[in-house]
Amino acid sequence: MSRLSIRHVGKTFPGLRRHAAPTEALRPVNLDIADNDFITVLGPSGCGKSTLLRLVAGLEEPSTGEILLDDAPISGPGADRGVVFQSYTLFPWLTVRQNICFGLREKGMAMAEQRDVADRFIARMGLGGFEDHYPKQLSGGMQQRVAIARALANDPKILLLDEPFGALDNQTRLLMQELLLGIWEAARTTVLFVTHDIDEAIFMANRVVVFSGRPGRIKCEVATDLPHPRHYTIKTSPEFMALKARLTEEIRVEALAAQR
Amino acid sequence: MKLLVPVTRERRIALGVAFFVGFVALWFLLTWSGAVPRHFLASPWQTLQSGWDLFATQGFVYDVGMTIWRVVGGFVLAALIGVPLGIAMGAYKPIEAFFEPFVSFARYLPASAFIPLLILWVGIGEAQKLTVIFIGCFFQLTLMVTMIVSGTRRDLVEAAYTLGCSDRGVVRRVLLPGAAPEIAEALRQVLGLGWTYIIVAELIGASSGIGHMITDSQALMATDHIIAGIVVIGLVGLTSDLLFKKANQRLFAWSFLR
Ligand SMILES: Nc1ncnc2c1ncn2[C@@H]1O[C@H](COP(=O)(O)OP(=O)(O)OP(=O)(O)O)[C@@H](O)[C@H]1O
Ligand SMILES: [Mg+2]
Repeated sequence: MSRLSIRHVGKTFPGLRRHAAPTEALRPVNLDIADNDFITVLGPSGCGKSTLLRLVAGLEEPSTGEILLDDAPISGPGADRGVVFQSYTLFPWLTVRQNICFGLREKGMAMAEQRDVADRFIARMGLGGFEDHYPKQLSGGMQQRVAIARALANDPKILLLDEPFGALDNQTRLLMQELLLGIWEAARTTVLFVTHDIDEAIFMANRVVVFSGRPGRIKCEVATDLPHPRHYTIKTSPEFMALKARLTEEIRVEALAAQR
Repeated sequence: MKLLVPVTRERRIALGVAFFVGFVALWFLLTWSGAVPRHFLASPWQTLQSGWDLFATQGFVYDVGMTIWRVVGGFVLAALIGVPLGIAMGAYKPIEAFFEPFVSFARYLPASAFIPLLILWVGIGEAQKLTVIFIGCFFQLTLMVTMIVSGTRRDLVEAAYTLGCSDRGVVRRVLLPGAAPEIAEALRQVLGLGWTYIIVAELIGASSGIGHMITDSQALMATDHIIAGIVVIGLVGLTSDLLFKKANQRLFAWSFLR
């Protein structure tokens, strides 16, 4: 049974002014995501990856098709789909702990219980000692760790991430990938992860969905049957290299087509 | 001097005081050298003496108290209605569409132009003074709060929705706390605006207040009293501004992080 079912979902944005041409951001796509899947969406800039994620999050309405979560059509955003955005979206007036508890408080969870959940995620994300810091006092990598903790604390059915490590330096980025993968290996939360980094896409996924250039549609899906737990050294294994060569080729064709 | 780099507390105070010292020195030179006749501009020392005299023998404390109460009264009334209305306008676009054109129109009407009308309508009592301050502050404040709330970061609103917030939850937990420091700052600025209107209101048809003292002194050509009155207004304004600033820094420490 699939947890998330994207059925013939397309999105066209109306032009800004009355006579401006509308933008077709997403050609109708079909995608099924099973429980415990870790799906990465890989594609060139502007191909509609964010649009797809925002549609699943319920922040945009699809122009065609429908999206089912556990067989129920989604309408609008909700706590059952946790989102981590590319930009830093922690609430600047709340401390790290209060940010993590944001959704729990909305649910009306008891204070002591909120604290327990927050402490668990603070420890798991390596945020110890920063509980009472404000977002502006944190590095970018830390802010994204808090954002992931805030989304996971809500115990969503699926976690949606839109290039969450895009703004980080390479070293931090690699560590964050390991951290997120470690969490997934332990909890097996269903994940839909958008990126334009091929290594990142292969390293974490059990299936990579490749998007074509604008207007976006699914070009192909590649299963990445690398064993778990994955260590960062896997990136130099022949299997990884073969996958990378194949995906590089797929993406290159799209990038070339987009230039013309 | 480095771009945008803050100075230490001691240096900031020293620099601020230095300007006042220079200003008073220039003032002293102008009057002492006789470049400006005495009856046009009283010397700093003479102003200080008259100020003392005003407080000690002419019950000026009462006038200052009256003026402060009028400004604060009109300002609080404006804030009590303007802030909630501005928040509603910023959060809900139909409400904004309904009120905004009129408020923008009313904002350009100078509050002082209403004084003659208000004297006809409500007389020269306290109601007239409060109304002038109210008109002067209310429209400006409402529009400022509307703009601040409208400017709430959309990504934070979206994040709140994905964390399970309802519309009301978003207003209460994102719009309000996010806008609060800027609203407090707007209140501080609008209070300053109130001070400029009160003196005008007191120049016409008042029997007490700093503005009233200034009109009386004009008839007597007592420029020293006028200048002392102006200095007192400046000092009271400066004090209220500092208090407001301190309160904001304390309440909204997070927004002062760089
Ligand atoms: N609100 C909107 N209004 C109009 N057009 C939009 C809107 N949002 C996105 N688009 C258009 O849809 C297309 C896809 O945008 P999207 O942000 O989904 O791309 P992306 O794949 O996430 O790119 P990137 O990797 O650069 O983030 C773009 O051409 C963009 O200009
Ligand atoms: Mg994007």
